[in-house]
Amino acid sequence: MTAKKELRVSAIQHGTVIDHIPANKLFKVISILKLDRCKNLITFGTNLGSNRFGKKAIVKVADKFFDEKDLNKIALVAPEARFNVIKDYDVVEKREVELPNEIVGIAKCFNPKCITNTEAMATKFSLVVSKEIALKCHYCEKITTKEHLVIL
Amino acid sequence: MKNRSLVSINDFSKEEILQIVDLAAKFEENPNQELLKNKVIATLFFEPSTRTRLSFDTAINRLGGRIIGFSDASSSSTTKGETLKDTIRMVSNYADLIVMRHPLEGSARYADEESRVPIINAGDGANQHPTQTLLDLYSIKKTQGTLENLNIFMVGDLKYGRTVHSLLQAMSHFNPVFNFISPDELRMPDEYKFWLDSKGITFYEHTEFTDILSRADILYMTRVQQERFADPLEYEKVKNIYILKNSMLKNTKDNLRILHPLPRVNEINTDVDANPKAYYFQQAENGVYARMAIIASILGLV
Repeated sequence: MTAKKELRVSAIQHGTVIDHIPANKLFKVISILKLDRCKNLITFGTNLGSNRFGKKAIVKVADKFFDEKDLNKIALVAPEARFNVIKDYDVVEKREVELPNEIVGIAKCFNPKCITNTEAMATKFSLVVSKEIALKCHYCEKITTKEHLVIL
Repeated sequence: MKNRSLVSINDFSKEEILQIVDLAAKFEENPNQELLKNKVIATLFFEPSTRTRLSFDTAINRLGGRIIGFSDASSSSTTKGETLKDTIRMVSNYADLIVMRHPLEGSARYADEESRVPIINAGDGANQHPTQTLLDLYSIKKTQGTLENLNIFMVGDLKYGRTVHSLLQAMSHFNPVFNFISPDELRMPDEYKFWLDSKGITFYEHTEFTDILSRADILYMTRVQQERFADPLEYEKVKNIYILKNSMLKNTKDNLRILHPLPRVNEINTDVDANPKAYYFQQAENGVYARMAIIASILGLV
């Protein structure tokens, strides 16, 4: 095994590392995972060099292990994110995020006449499988495409 | 269907659609029945729609039910800022069934989630109007004897017209051929055309009325609305192309019937009204029987 290079964001003993977040989506990821309200030790770095996107961000949350369901919520904004489960400084599990078939309360319906944009209620979409990400609103049945996608 | 809401025409299977259509025929033979005795039906019209409301009111009255509700949102607590959720929670404690018309799309699906009693969607914005679709199907079945293998022509605003979209989805159970006639600006949206392709259903698109009308079994007319056009000049150019005149019906089939969801403005010339192929007023009457069938099915009374 080659020597580990210097870490920009220091290692955690136990917890979860979320890597390969596009730099401009870091704060969306933080808000989707509600890390802004999390009491654990959290370290993050952004605008780090990445071979994949140019600039990436990384988040390390100590002593927290997420439900796969929760982590998959970030796939809408960070489809290439990876999460690593760390125990005693070792990666014990490595996974990619996957877009869930049903997306509740994350995205906004682009249709201004949709009930979800007037009532205080959660949005709900099903994933339409096509070339691009497209979300079909459970309520108004209109399709929000990636270019119109707004994260709440 | 008992205790199930009718929010979208896709909520009902082919068999269920046929059940409603057959039941509507029975109600037409015998329209006054006391099936809704001791039932209270709420009709909540958050936007005015005289035609649909009168049709529902007639259906409920003929079945001996009683009605609570309002005919436009200014006489409801919505004007005080009450949410739809609260209105529905309250009314579903009072009534056995809620009929709702609302200007926002998806409101009926949401109301169904919050309601203790079934919801019938009487139109949610530009989204769905399933009772219109079922009365259209009843009208087609009644005039053609079948719903299978028909050649359906749809004319006018095919882009925004929810009635044509729902009818298209419902008719797709019955192996139709579609012909769409509309100005370029108001063509059938791609998502519906892709969907027809995926079902293997044949359709043709035209921008003008031509002699192809001779093949039609059903001619479904809709209104081309001026407000749909960004450029008023474009509207002026197309507004007279999509007017049906009696002379155009010369070489059409004997079984052809002309349908229109009403209200009509000028897209069907009044000289068509006397032609036996004009069916739009009977179509509206059929709406009462179709709604009787829907209400009775949902309340489990038949």
